[in-house]
Amino acid sequence: MTTRDWLLADSPTSRLQANVGRAYRVFTALLRNPLSVLGGIIILVLLLTALFAPLIAPFSPTGQNLSQRLLPPSGVNWMGTDELGRDIFSRVVWGSQITLTIVALVALISAPLGLLIGAIAGYFGGWIDKILMGFTDIFLSLPKLILALAFVAALGPGINNAIIAIAITSWPAYARIARAETLTIRNAEYISAVQLAGAGPIRVIVQHILPLCTSSMIVRVTLDMAGVILTAAGLGFIGLGAQPPLPEWGAMISRGRTFILDQWWVATMPGFAIIIVSLGFCFLGDGLRDVLDPKSEGKS
Amino acid sequence: MTTEQPTLASPPPDKISGKRARRQLSALAGFVITLFLTFLGLLAITFFIGRVIPIDPVLAVVGDRATQAQYDAAKIAMGLDRPLYEQFVSYVVNVFSGDLGRSVSTGRAVADDLSRFFPATFEMATLGILIGVALGVPLGVTAAARQGSWLDQAIRVVGLLGYSVPAFWLGLVGLAIFYARLRWVGGPGRLDIFYDGLVSPVTGMILIDSLIQGEIDIFWNAVWHIVLPASVLGFFSLAYIARMTRSFMLDQLSQEFVTTARVKGVPERVVIWRHAFKPIRVPLITVIGLSYAGLLEGSVMIETVFSWPGIGNYLTTALLNADMNAVLGSTLVIGSVFIVINKVSDVLYRVLDPRAR
Amino acid sequence: MSPLLEVENLRVSFPTHSGRVEVVKGLSFTLGRERLGIVGESGSGKSMTGRSILKLIRKPGEVTADKLRFDGIDILDQSEKQMRAIRGARISMVMQDPKFSLNPVMSVGEQIAEALMTHQKLGRREVQQRILDMLTAVRINDPERVAKLYPHEVSGGMGQRIMIAMMLIPEPELLIADEPTSALDVSVQAQVLDIIDDLVTRKGMGLILISHDLALVSRYCDRILVMNAGRVVEECAAGQLAEAQHPYTRGLLAAMPVIDETRDELPVLDRTQWAGT
Repeated sequence: MTTRDWLLADSPTSRLQANVGRAYRVFTALLRNPLSVLGGIIILVLLLTALFAPLIAPFSPTGQNLSQRLLPPSGVNWMGTDELGRDIFSRVVWGSQITLTIVALVALISAPLGLLIGAIAGYFGGWIDKILMGFTDIFLSLPKLILALAFVAALGPGINNAIIAIAITSWPAYARIARAETLTIRNAEYISAVQLAGAGPIRVIVQHILPLCTSSMIVRVTLDMAGVILTAAGLGFIGLGAQPPLPEWGAMISRGRTFILDQWWVATMPGFAIIIVSLGFCFLGDGLRDVLDPKSEGKS
Repeated sequence: MTTEQPTLASPPPDKISGKRARRQLSALAGFVITLFLTFLGLLAITFFIGRVIPIDPVLAVVGDRATQAQYDAAKIAMGLDRPLYEQFVSYVVNVFSGDLGRSVSTGRAVADDLSRFFPATFEMATLGILIGVALGVPLGVTAAARQGSWLDQAIRVVGLLGYSVPAFWLGLVGLAIFYARLRWVGGPGRLDIFYDGLVSPVTGMILIDSLIQGEIDIFWNAVWHIVLPASVLGFFSLAYIARMTRSFMLDQLSQEFVTTARVKGVPERVVIWRHAFKPIRVPLITVIGLSYAGLLEGSVMIETVFSWPGIGNYLTTALLNADMNAVLGSTLVIGSVFIVINKVSDVLYRVLDPRAR
Repeated sequence: MSPLLEVENLRVSFPTHSGRVEVVKGLSFTLGRERLGIVGESGSGKSMTGRSILKLIRKPGEVTADKLRFDGIDILDQSEKQMRAIRGARISMVMQDPKFSLNPVMSVGEQIAEALMTHQKLGRREVQQRILDMLTAVRINDPERVAKLYPHEVSGGMGQRIMIAMMLIPEPELLIADEPTSALDVSVQAQVLDIIDDLVTRKGMGLILISHDLALVSRYCDRILVMNAGRVVEECAAGQLAEAQHPYTRGLLAAMPVIDETRDELPVLDRTQWAGT
């Protein structure tokens, strides 16, 4: 029996084999879609860039050199230099760490939070459902960016507060999905079987309901990441996100604003980084959705 | 021969209208209630942001050089010595009576400020959505009709770009290219400086005011200035609308009744517009509504870039000055418009779809 | 007189991840002004046969045939525009489920009118009259009222009669009925088929009745094709079905329950007898 046969077995003999087999099938299905491969590569490059930023960046992201200010892109400074003579390429490379941190933390805070709230609402139903979902709906019907802005205004500018604000405004969508999924699972026979076997609600939710919500959740989170990056960059642009001299892409564009008419590269270069990374998440998310959750196309 | 009695399929007409009226009335009541609750939720959130999160809202107002006496006086004036729920009730009462507090940076009542800044935002967002609908719907329909063609791929990419390009960046690049290089459009602001203040505000929307007052030059100057920011906003709504239209259309085109139309020998153009497009007009209204609300949000960034004297610019200025009353006031106004558009498009859906009637 | 429809070596294929898959594999038959039944289980390619006669297989599906002629016209040679003049006007098709095959946001009258006016230029009053006559012909009692209804306001049986009215109003020469009753209640199935049978016989049209139901097809058709996995396995006159030779047909016949059944268990098809796989 080859590895491939083992992976694609119709009747896996262990839980591990089933899980790995499923992952393999999703992976091969993704490989068939060129755009999702591109998205995956972009995100991989982002990860590697963030990890090896000190090795990749030719210059210091914060070291100022006023004699070298506002140089156009060249062989030495691939993306030119900014108003303090810092190499923009190096700053963009280091900025990937900030972007990745924001994306990861927002996903880690908001997805489990939404998942839990949605699963609890769906599982218990009744007034718990009404209250939790009423709350969720109010959040959902409010503009995310404005809400995030207001939160940051109250919390004070800074990258941590920006992350908190974005996470606070992102969970409701996940709660919605988790609730819908839970409702379809809740009355399944095998859930009754688990309940009859004496499992309490926490055990049922955590061990039997949440795992089934994960695939649609992964799709949604991946698709949302582009929005998170844009919101974070927007906060940085307005001056409420990451503070100088941190090389956050949005804040870099904001600094370059003054020079947009003559030294266009200062503002445009970080923008390309944002677009490429966001597109990467969109491509990958689209591909994942086609594989994991084909019915949700168009409902965003 | 057993032909079903028509009465089985539907009750007699007088019964229908009575039932329908009652159902519509209860739907209306439900609509008003959810609208009110959502609005109350918005108030609770802004209250929470303004009064609970800040460690010391008094300090934010009086500054850290105030004496203890000044501090205490401000605290009592702001009602912060009272219990939280009382503060919330008085906050709600104030908001409903139109009192949003005073802006620290402009020194005027926030409500007055907002009513002066809102028309500029409204004007730009409306133009943006018009561009988005006029281009997005036909593009989405075409993409679906020619699924898999290069045009479809191109529209897909445009749709994804709408999700991945920062609005403020696109605005800046637009300014650099179309204003600084090509001189096709006007720069930041609503008018060239020497036209400023020549039109007295009636509606607050400069395109309309200048026409009312017969100032054709000013009208064209305003058009010259609004084209770029409105197009940038339009691009984002175009991307969203085209993407959704495409996906709705693909859904419809795979339906059996579309095949039925083809079996009848109906030309493809009619198949697409009469059979596939007609049923999606209703969900499209919702999409357009959402997109419009999204533009109000997007205008916050765009206005900053284009120095557009709208609510978004007002909000960002307030944010940087920690002018909480102005921040919360703008959040409330934008949030309310957002909620109303959301709910109205929801109701329209139910009123317009023959299946839901 | 040449036959109404000649089909020789018809093949329909679709691409999948593992190459093109043929769902119809070399089908041949001829049809006069008679009633032909095509029977087979789901996936046997019978619906695709119906659709390829109307040239309605969309890309990436592919249709080839040595001969596919309707009234002497080579269907595969026709442009999309020429096909539109044939669809509806000369060949029509009744589909499975009126819940999905009627447009939900157009009134019944509008949809029937469209079928007629796509092919004929008529005055408004005349169109109206033809619609009412047609609805009466499919035994709808109150045609004026029904014409104003939307599809979700009518029952399944009535919906299918509306569908028949819509497909027959331009007076085509060939009607393809693709599982016309399988979505309907048993109680109205016979009624709908009686209407089809009555109108087809009266107007001297050709009929292809596609179904999975052997008994039903043998009752309403003159001749029967039995399809399995994209191929015709049996062709016989309806009356001679009992003498069918092919093991698949015999298996299908054996699996049909009979009133006053004495068997404990209905036999299951034993596919090893004819399938190579």
